[in-house]
Amino acid sequence: MPDTSSSRPSGFDRRAFMAGAAGGALVPLAARAAQDARAPMAQDPALPVDVTLRVNGQDKHLSLDPRTTVLDALREHLKLTGSKKGCDHGQCGACTVLIGDRRVVSCLTIALAAEGQEITTIEGLATDDRLHPMQQAFVDNDAFQCGYCTPGQIMSAIACVKEGHAGTDADIREYMSGNICRCAAYPNIVAAVKQAAPEIMKG
Amino acid sequence: MRPFSFQRATDPGMAVQALSAAAAANNPLTQATVQPLAGGTTLIDLMKLDVMRPTAIVDINPLAESWSAIEPGSENLRLGALARMSDVAAHDEIQRNYPVIANSLKLAASAQLRNMATLGGNVMQRTRCSYFRDVSYENCNKRNPGAGCAAMDGVNRMHAVLGTSDQCIATYPGDFAQALVALDATVEVTGRSGTRSMPFAELHEAPGNTPEIETMLQPGELISAFLISGRWPRSVYLKARDRQSYEFALSSAAVALDVQDGTIRDARVALGGVATMPWRAREAEALLRGQKFDDGLAQRVADAAFADARGRQHNSFKIALGKRVVARALQQAVTMEI
Repeated sequence: MPDTSSSRPSGFDRRAFMAGAAGGALVPLAARAAQDARAPMAQDPALPVDVTLRVNGQDKHLSLDPRTTVLDALREHLKLTGSKKGCDHGQCGACTVLIGDRRVVSCLTIALAAEGQEITTIEGLATDDRLHPMQQAFVDNDAFQCGYCTPGQIMSAIACVKEGHAGTDADIREYMSGNICRCAAYPNIVAAVKQAAPEIMKG
Repeated sequence: MRPFSFQRATDPGMAVQALSAAAAANNPLTQATVQPLAGGTTLIDLMKLDVMRPTAIVDINPLAESWSAIEPGSENLRLGALARMSDVAAHDEIQRNYPVIANSLKLAASAQLRNMATLGGNVMQRTRCSYFRDVSYENCNKRNPGAGCAAMDGVNRMHAVLGTSDQCIATYPGDFAQALVALDATVEVTGRSGTRSMPFAELHEAPGNTPEIETMLQPGELISAFLISGRWPRSVYLKARDRQSYEFALSSAAVALDVQDGTIRDARVALGGVATMPWRAREAEALLRGQKFDDGLAQRVADAAFADARGRQHNSFKIALGKRVVARALQQAVTMEI
């Protein structure tokens, strides 16, 4: 398991890379040269790449295989296991996180492509001892049974409200359809979204 | 997933240069060793399934600054290829003047996927044929040219009834492309020698004897924009599917009409969920021009749209369903308030 809080290794500077890239030549993202000065720069896809992800307001320095998704970066490298892996193919919504203000499926988002963007997970919602209004609404409305889809449901629901798609039950059902609940807690989820919506829109 | 190197393109020149590296291999675009990454909702999925096996991906999302504009003008509409589905679907002027576009996007996928997926990637999405997506089936002419087609006599309920060949019956799965083909859109392509434009209807190819070739795009080319002439406020996208939301079409129809004083001046009909490529029903729509609408005319148009349809063991129901979808979409377009 890679060191999740590794200091920045020598040999790669993102600012220098961007300056060079803007000059016109295509420069692959530099890979960590793994303590071997003769190791090829970048093109070897087997080598990890240094990346800084901003998760719940904190910069996280990671060294990742390019195949790593945001979901795997969160769960396997940052130990933020709230975001769940259901299908791993973008079909179930259990891995939903916010990137910027947009809800996305983190299982189909390559971590290297998310660099420089604000990632918000279920772990980033509560403040001190107070749950986010949507978390509280899910508790109040018994909007889950097994709970596996719940973090994705809550992240999706927050975005659903902010997008203005929580005005009617039909809208909530349509715009929450990307989050599958195998326990079928759907009526309670709709109730939770309706309860939390006014408070979220109030800011 | 197989290992790949990750590159980021910060301008179109860099992107086409990086993607052109695959051109020398002479593979069809679908099997090119360098693939562009936009929303990733098709590419990463198919890489996890080992269906697509690029050795390098080029992140083109930094091009969004110049390639994601939504520009409705008085005479035409220009949509940047990196505009996200959700942003186009939610755009006031698209909803008002091009409801067939807004609804084709809104009724596709899920809110999360629409936030990620781009217009360019959407039209390039690959079929959902379960045999294509499962590499344990050797016999897929799309993946392994010449290996046969497991769907032909397999479970083919979701497969196409129009534009098929004896090599492939995989359905083109998208929705937005039907709106584009109905509205005679132009697609702008950026490559090493600059940009070129062609009718969107010429972008996709029916499978014929080369199901592995799906579009006219070459390695090293990227869709940069779509252009649509005129406004089409009287237009509809109707989608029939196994569940009410978040599902691919069993049958869909994109219909756009110009009706003046009760007479249909112009009519466009395109079909989704039933064909191997975005499907324009030109002979059917021609029956509408100069006519006054009634249910009998709708039925004749629907029949004409599926005159050449060929069902197989499990998908013949799509012919009856598809006709009803066309007739209902016409009805909705004629009666909608604009």
